[in-house]
Amino acid sequence: MTRNSSTKSARAGQGVTRRSVAAGLGAAGLLAGTAPFNIVRGQGAALKVGVLLPRSGTQAGIGQDCQRGVDIASGLLKDLGYPSLQIMNADTESNVDNSRAQAEKLINEGAQLLVGAFDSGQSTAIAQVAEQKGIPFVINIAAAPPITEQGYKFVFRNFPVAGTILGDAFANQKEIFAATGSAPKTVAFLHVNDTFGMAMKGGIGAVMPKFDMPYKIVEQIAYDPAARDLSVEVAKAKATGAEALLVVSRLNDAILLTRELVKQRWSPMAVLSMGPGWYEDQYLKTLGKLANGPLSFVPWYDPNKKLSKQLETALAKAHPGINLNTNHVYTFEALLVAADAYKRAASTDPKALADAIRKTNITENVSPGPGIMFNEKGQNDKLKNSAIQNRDGKLVTVAPKTAANAKVEWPMKPYDKR
Amino acid sequence: MPAEIYLNVAVGGLLTGLVYGLMALGLSVIFGVIRVVNFAHGEMMTIAMYIAVALFSAFKLDPLVMLVPIAAVLFALGYVMQAGLINPFINRPEHSQFMLLVAVALIMVNGLLIIFGPDARNVQTSYSFDSFQIGPLIVDATKVYAGAAAITVAAALFAFFRFSYLGQAIRACADNYTGALVVGLDVKRLYALTFGLGAACVGAAGAILVLIIDVTPPLGPAYTLLAFVIVITGGLGSMPGALLGGILIGMTEAMAGLFFTPSAKSMFAFGILVVVLLFRPQGIMGRKAA
Repeated sequence: MTRNSSTKSARAGQGVTRRSVAAGLGAAGLLAGTAPFNIVRGQGAALKVGVLLPRSGTQAGIGQDCQRGVDIASGLLKDLGYPSLQIMNADTESNVDNSRAQAEKLINEGAQLLVGAFDSGQSTAIAQVAEQKGIPFVINIAAAPPITEQGYKFVFRNFPVAGTILGDAFANQKEIFAATGSAPKTVAFLHVNDTFGMAMKGGIGAVMPKFDMPYKIVEQIAYDPAARDLSVEVAKAKATGAEALLVVSRLNDAILLTRELVKQRWSPMAVLSMGPGWYEDQYLKTLGKLANGPLSFVPWYDPNKKLSKQLETALAKAHPGINLNTNHVYTFEALLVAADAYKRAASTDPKALADAIRKTNITENVSPGPGIMFNEKGQNDKLKNSAIQNRDGKLVTVAPKTAANAKVEWPMKPYDKR
Repeated sequence: MPAEIYLNVAVGGLLTGLVYGLMALGLSVIFGVIRVVNFAHGEMMTIAMYIAVALFSAFKLDPLVMLVPIAAVLFALGYVMQAGLINPFINRPEHSQFMLLVAVALIMVNGLLIIFGPDARNVQTSYSFDSFQIGPLIVDATKVYAGAAAITVAAALFAFFRFSYLGQAIRACADNYTGALVVGLDVKRLYALTFGLGAACVGAAGAILVLIIDVTPPLGPAYTLLAFVIVITGGLGSMPGALLGGILIGMTEAMAGLFFTPSAKSMFAFGILVVVLLFRPQGIMGRKAA
């Protein structure tokens, strides 16, 4: 008995038999026959999306705020009839080199599409990896223009570039000045010296002359985004006698700047922010009534759109007490682009996904403007920006008039009278 | 630019420099006696800052009031580290000591990340936004309190080493290791006490500094580096040198930010270090090697 069994198993292990050839042919035929349906089966599986965000380091607060946009996306996308996304999280550690390494790691682990990374420098590094590996990359937030000027085929950005943000910012400022009948004659310009800050600085120099602004910049002060003390910067700005402050900052430095304004007893007519930081929940919570007043000229959301209300509801449910903001909106929209492309491409093939993203035409979205669509460079150039103001822990839109839900409080109430 | 701005910035730099000096004092004490460079110095300060933040969040305890208990906790940590971890490495090659303390630093940073997360945290006391106005001079109240606390702690440390029996015994160990052994001093225990004192110093500095800056787990390495710059500038092993180095670096950073560009502050601090190394390698108040 034993001997027979071993003979049988030995035979089974010996190469090709008529039976195994027939079985193999049958299996091959079955595979060939079902090949056209692979796409359909692929659609049933979730698209693997690598989400790269600065979850630690100097931009951790903002990165984690972006994560809230990721958190609420899956449920909402499902309600909207989009296919599932399998989120693969990665931390860039607010570091460009680490962004590159993390992007490679995600792709090696099977990510079929990348989303991220809040910061221009980090997004630039990821874009290079995505293009090299042929994996679509949808940028949630990053404003430096060069990213979509490289002729990349796999990089898409649903976020306005620095020039657009600035153009809209100056237009909205003029609208506010006209509405209030008052404008500063001089401003001190404080900005971070990272990729975004330097791009904005260059942009301001290029765009401002076209808008014939009523003020002139009397001093430009650059500082390190990781700075722990901004007392010298504020002292220097105050010494110029500028009537208002123009800022391009991040979250931590926005808090530091405000503290110094209070300590150094300087209440400018307005704080005009051209970037993140000043409208974020952590800023509002940390500073309380001292957070009231700054105006942020930013990519925002259209409160009148149906999906905006749905997103607000989803965020309120998942994260009570958190205001919907740029970070949530554009991170959600990046995932919306991914899900929409996957739905239309009906494939996880990177090239098919990239082709589908290129043909995106989402009109039911959240951000202001006609919708999400990309030009030949992979840039959504139809986006509009808003002016928002901090008001008792909430954010109101004060310009443009068409999207406003409140009147601007002008000038900013002095810090010592709050 | 109005003249008072220079005075304002100089005073701010001086007060910040005092706290820097206190932090570096700990490093200088440890090196001066044990001849071990504490590469986890900034990380230990970060631990102290987090203790201050936790006490403030939970019980609204002012970090300045909790300065002594926080310093005591760090003293215990330092004592245990030296007695249990570093003492066996005292006679080993310097690179072994370096690797050990870098590993400790990494464990501390990651431990803090696990416990507290990556968010920046701060302490907002009732006087966080206060400032004193003396004529045209506006001085940040928090920095004044921080500077005063730093002077008090440094004075207490000087007095301890100058007048107490234990302090004199520690100095004896630093001056003549063999002699200390011959007269029967328990050098290993004194080393542990010294490391504890250095840690207490940096603990006090952390409790003070949390009033001025926000704390994040990766804050440590930058302050370890800063402490090195200060100590090398002031003179390795010299306590007055550490304090002087702190003031010098604090004021250099402030004035460089004012005269040139704030983003180049650190460059000037390192510039001072290079100049000192070139023309007075032992540091401003350091003793020349025999």
